[in-house]
This record gives sequence, structure tokens and C-alpha cells, in this order.
Amino acid sequence: MAKANLVDAINRALAEEMERDERVVLLGEDIGRDGGVFRVTAGLLERFGAERVVDTPLSELGMVGAAVGMALWGLRPVVEIQFMAFIYEAIEQIFSHAARIHSRSRGRYSAPIVVRTPYGVGIKGPELHSDSTEAIFCHMPGVKVVVPSTPYNAKGLLKSAIRDEDPVVFLEPSRLYRTIKTELPQEDYTIPLGHAEVVKEGGSITAISWGTMLHRTMEATEGFDVEVIDLQTLKPFDEETLLNSVKKTGRTVVVHEATGFCGVGAELSAFFAELAMLHLRSPVMRVTAPDGVVPMAILEDHYMPSVEKIRRAFEEVMNY
Amino acid sequence: MPYRVIDSFEVRYLQIVDEAGNLDESLFDGFSEWLVRSFFERLVLSRTFNSRCLSLQREGRIGTYPSIYGQEASQVGSALALDAKDWVFPTFRESGVLAALGYPMELLLRYWMGDERGMKIPHGMNIVPMSIPVGTHIPHATGCGWAMRLEGARAAALCYFGDGGSSRGDFHEGLNMAGVFKANTVFLCQNNQWAISVPRTRQTASRTIAQKAFSYGFEGIQVDGNDIFAVYRATLDALNRAKRGEGPTLIECFTYRLDDHTTADDASRYRDPGEVEEWKKREPLLRLRLVMQRMGLWTEDYEKEVVKHSEEVVDSAIEKAEAVSPPEPSDILIYTSHTPSGRQRRELKEL
Repeated sequence: MAKANLVDAINRALAEEMERDERVVLLGEDIGRDGGVFRVTAGLLERFGAERVVDTPLSELGMVGAAVGMALWGLRPVVEIQFMAFIYEAIEQIFSHAARIHSRSRGRYSAPIVVRTPYGVGIKGPELHSDSTEAIFCHMPGVKVVVPSTPYNAKGLLKSAIRDEDPVVFLEPSRLYRTIKTELPQEDYTIPLGHAEVVKEGGSITAISWGTMLHRTMEATEGFDVEVIDLQTLKPFDEETLLNSVKKTGRTVVVHEATGFCGVGAELSAFFAELAMLHLRSPVMRVTAPDGVVPMAILEDHYMPSVEKIRRAFEEVMNY
Repeated sequence: MPYRVIDSFEVRYLQIVDEAGNLDESLFDGFSEWLVRSFFERLVLSRTFNSRCLSLQREGRIGTYPSIYGQEASQVGSALALDAKDWVFPTFRESGVLAALGYPMELLLRYWMGDERGMKIPHGMNIVPMSIPVGTHIPHATGCGWAMRLEGARAAALCYFGDGGSSRGDFHEGLNMAGVFKANTVFLCQNNQWAISVPRTRQTASRTIAQKAFSYGFEGIQVDGNDIFAVYRATLDALNRAKRGEGPTLIECFTYRLDDHTTADDASRYRDPGEVEEWKKREPLLRLRLVMQRMGLWTEDYEKEVVKHSEEVVDSAIEKAEAVSPPEPSDILIYTSHTPSGRQRRELKEL
């Protein structure tokens, strides 16, 4: 089986879904002739035409708002936002409309849109090109939030996101776009939303992570008996897989590159405190970025949780 | 080199019937007796519904309600230009549009009572739940009209908003994109002169809202929004152009909000009562009545009959709305997502 990187995997998921379903259209800035700033949509304009692979005006609010209108009419729009920090203008469209239309119309309408965007530090980008603010979207009822960590799960998760009836924010770890390759089956397969994957079995610590940090978490496990879980869907997350693991290990470390305060790690900590207290042998530890604004290139390595920091958390829960 | 003019624009204004009932014969075309009676009957119905809502609010039977008094011609005239295949994107101040389109009044009343089921749009009606955050639905109409164009549908999207909404970024991005992609969309701005307490002159320094369309590459027109004939004509023409693939239009209906912003507002704090009195002389029913008299379509008995019928329709809707049992608490959760989370499933048990 041929290996592929994350960019190829997402490209193939988009192409296969466009092939399968004529209603799938792509909207974004520079996604056509240029193939996207990360080349994720390269070749799709040539294959599917300018009516389905649309270079839009520079207009994040307009794109997401138009996607909502297209979805009401019956299309399945997939919007690309160039960098996560540029999505903020469109948050009102996601929160006040896409997330609510099913509820506001008591089931008559839905907004099955996908908003894809690269997130995270690690590419030495300019200011406001490295945000990781997934928790904001997780807080909004009606929105699903998905983060792939490998080319393999990126393809399966994105296909599920496109087929989902609810709006999905699909966060692509920009650091991983071209740095890892996995085997990528040619055939159609999906990974269900709301399903977490146990990527390494272990008995003493449950480490939960996603996206870029999943790989750092894996690196940090040497010498510890860690079960590593790739959360994949941050909302709704897979409660069963998490509970089964913590019942076995009794110790939990959550690793994410977003800041800790009100981060997804906080929600997971509360979840374990509410539903697994009697199984816990130590406090739930979080390894996160410090509560500061994402730095520019020179300081970004100090911002992102390091392997050492993760190992210290493992030591701490083991010695508690 | 001297400066050269490389482009110039004219803002057109359409009025078919003036306040005194004088009409332009050349433009007064295609208004059948049936259509004119429909204008009158729907206008009276929407006004009756509106005044009943104001009373119901005072009696504590519905919550805060935004009056349409004064704007009925803009609402009814434009709504009657729609086809069944067209889509409508209303704001919260669109009782007249909904009444004219035959939206079940008991549902609208339920909504104002605080029941979300009131915005469960019946199947077969392409109306989107009213937008509460001002102007934010404008890009939806762009997307919908754009999708219609992509699929070659002979349909258009009609988007309502006000002068306040035209100040939002959503207005710019929505209209800009509609121009670029020639969406089958008609943008209808009811310039009622006031966004709560802020006058139109504080929304924009441009002389009209209609002229903003030129910067997006399509036609903009200002219409006497209290002249139901002009509103109908302009909307129908714009919808037809959209359906022929000729792109969007911005219609500015120049009208006036005769009542407070909502029942929670007191316009006397910021508005000269003299201005309101002046506009009352221009309210839309007066001149419609004059035209109908001239056409031999109006008698006192006819109007009494229409008013009586409208009151019966609205009263029966009120009766129906008030007889409905409250929604189940579980409704808070069951429509949030197509696939509930574990947390939502636990919370459902507690509701």
C-alpha cells in the first residue's frame, strides 16, 4: 500500500467525497488555481471545475455565511479557512446560525457544513498563524470538533465530517501536513465521529491527546506503561473508551497544545472527576501551553508542550 | 493628463402611486383587480395581526414584540411578488411578510410566546427562521441564491433587513459575494429611518442605501416603501432578473417605523412626535384605498368585511396558539445535534 502525507490524505478525502456526492462544493481563498496555501486542494479545480472548487473573495464571514445558505438549499459545502486565527470573523456565523438552525427550526433545517482550517504552532509562521483555540468551538452546543493526527485517520474522519448532518469544525495540524506519512488505503473508508482510538495499550497511565501533540505524547512514553488515546473527535468525545482506560490505569494525563485555562483538558478533567473519581489514584494532570498569546517563531518551541514536560507529568502521576 | 470620469451611477427612485393617490399610468400596468384586492386584504390582515400582538403583549399573553406598523406595504408588496419555489430570509420584524405568505399565525404567535416550535417552518414553505442578530443572515441568502444559480434552478432568494443591518460587515460580505458569483438573490432593505434610537444618518453617510449596490457591481434602486404598487413592481422585476441569471439587486424601501422599536422600547425618548405625525399621513393603507376607490374596488362595506374577516382569522389563531400545551423540557436538548453526546444523554434524563 502506498504511503501518503496528511496533505495528500485530505486531498483524497475531498476528491472522493466530491466524486461520490455532487452536492459537495469547496469554498476558500486561493483553493482553486493555487491549490490552497498548503496545497491541500491541489488539482481539484482541474478535476471538478470552478463551480465546485471556488476561489472566493477574501471573506471568511461571507464564506461561512454563504455555506450556511447553500446547505439550507441542499448542498454540502466544505469551507477552507487559511489559518485558524482567521476564523474568528466567522464565529458568529458558526455559533448563531450553523450551530443553531436545527434547533431553532425544531428539526426542519440543518447546516451540514464543514469548516476546515490548519491550527497549531510548529511551522514558524507569522503572527496569528499558529492558534489552537479548539475549546471555543467545543463550548458551543451543536458544533462538532474533529482533529486528525495521521493521514490515515484524516481521510476517514474528514469523510465522516462531510457526511455528517451537523456543522463540523475540522482542525488540521499544520505541523503534520508534510512531516509524517502513513499507509493510505485507496478504498472508501470512514472513521466515525465521536470515536477515540487507543493507539498504544498500557496499564498504568492513560494519556489523552490529539493532533500534533499525540506524536509528542507517544515519544514521551518510553519507560512508562502508558495507554495512549487519540481523542480524534473533541466534541462529542468518546466517553466509553476514556472510562474503560482510566478504570484500568487509574491515572490520567491530558496533553494539548492549546492553553490550559478552560481548555478541552479542563473538560476532560471534570469528566473524570464526575464519572471516575473512585478509579483515580492521582489527580488528572494537564500538559498544555502556558496561558499566554501564541508567540512568533523564535519562542514557539518554548510554548508547545515538550516531551520532557509530558514525561514529568507521567512521573508525577506515578509518584503521587 | 486631466482627470477623467471612468464610471458614474444614477440612483433611481420608483413611486407609482403618491400620497395623494395620483398614479403613473405608464407604470400602473399588470395590477389586476384580483392582485389589488390581495394587496388590500393581506395588508389589513397583517395590520390586524400586528395590532392584536401589541395588545397581547400588554396583557402579558406574549413576550416582547416588534411592530411592523407603517411598513406593511414594503412587507406585503414584496412577499406577494414571490413564487412558491423562492426562498425567504426574514428578520424579526417581518410579521407582514409572514402573514402575506400564509405562514400559520398560530405558529408565529407561539414563537412570540417563547416557544421555538413557532419557527418550525411547515414543509413546502421555503422560509428560514427569522434572524435575530441584525443583518447576520444576509450571507445565507447569498449562499442560497448562489446554489440556485449553480443548479440552474428557476428560483430566487429574497432577503429582508433594515437600515441598521446595512451597517454590518455581513451586509458587505454578503452583497460583495453575491455580486461576484451573480447569485439569484434579491436584497430588500426596509429603511424605516430608525435602528432603535439611532437615525438613518448615523448608519451611513451615503445619501441612499440603494447606491451601495453599485460598489458591488449590481443594480440598486430606492422605492417608495409605502407604495405597495412600487414595492411589488420593483421586487417582481428583481426576482425575475435573478431567475434569468442576471444577478442580484438591492432594493431600498424608503419607509417609516410608526411604532416603537419593540414593545420594550419608548421612542418618545429619542424621536420627535411631529415626525411620526408627518409619516402617518403617508402610511400605506391610505393611498391603496384611494387607488381602489378609483378602480371601483373599494366600498366602506368591503373594508368592514375585510377587517371583520381578518379579526376572525387572527382571533382563531390566538385561540389555537393559546390552547397548545407547552413544549417538553427535553426539547432543549433533542434538536441540538443529530447525534447526542454522552453528556447530553445524561442531561436528558434529568430534564
